[in-house]
Amino acid sequence: MSELAYTASEMMIVVAARVLEGARTVFVGVGLPNIACNLARHTVAPDIELIYESGVYGARPERLPLSIGDPTLVSGATSVVSMADLFGLYLQRGLVEVALLGGAQIDRYGNLNTTVIGDYHKPKTRLPGSGGACEIAINAQRSFMIMRLKRRAFVDKLDFVTSPGHMTGGDSRARLNLPGGGPELVITDMGVLNFANSDREMQLNALYPGVSPDNVQVEVGWSLRLAEKIDEIAAPSAEELRLIREEIDPSGMYR
Amino acid sequence: MNDTAKTDKLVSMRQAIAAHVSDGSSVAIEGFTGFICFAAGHEIIRQRRRDLTLIRMTPDLIYDQMIAAGAAKKLIFSYMGNPGVGSLYCIRRAVEKGVPQPLELEEYSHYGMVGRYAAGASRMPFFPLRSYFGTDMIEVNPLIKLLDDPYGTGKIAVVPPLNPDVAILHAQRADRRGNTQIWGLLGMQKEVAFASKHVIVVVEEVVDESVIRADPNRTLIPGLIVDAVVHEPYGAYPSYVQGYYDRDNEAYIAWDKLSQDHGAVVGWLAEWVYGLENHAGFVRKLGQARLDRLKPEPLLAASVDYGRYR
Repeated sequence: MSELAYTASEMMIVVAARVLEGARTVFVGVGLPNIACNLARHTVAPDIELIYESGVYGARPERLPLSIGDPTLVSGATSVVSMADLFGLYLQRGLVEVALLGGAQIDRYGNLNTTVIGDYHKPKTRLPGSGGACEIAINAQRSFMIMRLKRRAFVDKLDFVTSPGHMTGGDSRARLNLPGGGPELVITDMGVLNFANSDREMQLNALYPGVSPDNVQVEVGWSLRLAEKIDEIAAPSAEELRLIREEIDPSGMYR
Repeated sequence: MNDTAKTDKLVSMRQAIAAHVSDGSSVAIEGFTGFICFAAGHEIIRQRRRDLTLIRMTPDLIYDQMIAAGAAKKLIFSYMGNPGVGSLYCIRRAVEKGVPQPLELEEYSHYGMVGRYAAGASRMPFFPLRSYFGTDMIEVNPLIKLLDDPYGTGKIAVVPPLNPDVAILHAQRADRRGNTQIWGLLGMQKEVAFASKHVIVVVEEVVDESVIRADPNRTLIPGLIVDAVVHEPYGAYPSYVQGYYDRDNEAYIAWDKLSQDHGAVVGWLAEWVYGLENHAGFVRKLGQARLDRLKPEPLLAASVDYGRYR
């Protein structure tokens, strides 16, 4: 097969979709994660149910939602419930298998900051805050982060901890009795990182075609661990690209 | 106590705001990224209310506008963004630079806010939830606490009840007593209505009581707790109302650009809020052609048979 041209965003979408293989439920945000989940439903996870914090279970959006409260998520869904029920009966009950999260800052243990850059009381930049992220990070069985690699985002120390990952590493999360397993993958625009070591510290696990470990290290604010074996992830297939471009995001809004 | 015996609570927006929102009130204009009653927010600006505590999970453009207008001293919230677009620049200016005046923040996660409303609604002293562990959210908000579960499973987070002075909720329809039906995203509207001391419902259509009684499962808010009913077509524009209109995304994108400059916002408020008598004037100024573009195609549900038992 000849080389296909694709963007970094398309690669992130494709990788995020592939890792949802076999998943039954996923907690979705708008934008790129939304495209990834819909791609997964068309490919590796035909039975996946999309759950949105606005109170939708089993969404079948006919267009890319403009926001998390878009009525396209309601029309054709399996069920629409109050947010009290969504967070209590679905999330806290443990029915969310995978959650896709992101943030302005992430540290080596997968803790996230979406609240503030600088001091909380004298912020340099005021960010949106938690939304549902804090309880999603605590309660989802597995968390996958989707973030572009940038030195200002992959930081040695967060300015604010909004959503807990593996806390201070090792068994620190388990000791707090958090129900969910915490961060498992970080899907970036250059490769995939995981936390599969006893310190639960982020490590480079796989690279996209044409990327070296040094390219990744330049964008990370600490000395990055490398997994024993670093895989190369296959480029998007023609069918994956067709689904994204023609069916899921024909306007190219998020590419 | 609300005027429960009154059978006709239909009033104008001007009357509803004048009667129930005072300087210093705590006000929750709710609805999760849809059903956002911009018409009420604009009337509060027009009546020049000051020192409000604004409460809303997602402040959205309406609180950005109210805060730019100098109506608020404090914001209680869980996600501050222009949904799907970007930042809320007016709120950020207030927080980062004190323009036009400083704004106190009190913040939670979404479930924390829902829990505060739920505790407030059922008049309970707190709501327990599995959130906040290991975060800085507890450090900056002393109202979030960790308790020992009295049944021995370990620590649990709790949030206190929230009882706004007034809730303003947009819906598809209500009767004149305030029995209100909503379909689509139910968000936290039921909890905030029962939590609040006064409730204003704003609807696309005022219907006969028989329409409500024909489909009681759809009644989210009973007239029993409603003080005022306002008939305001397109009252939630530019946000969504399921089955009635789509979000005017161009307006959300335009606000992203315009709101980056305080002077431009002052000009916008003069033209689109202070310069108009009421929301009907706003709708006329927008023009029907723009609103017609937001109308969704119909998608009807099968009707259900409640059965007649006698």
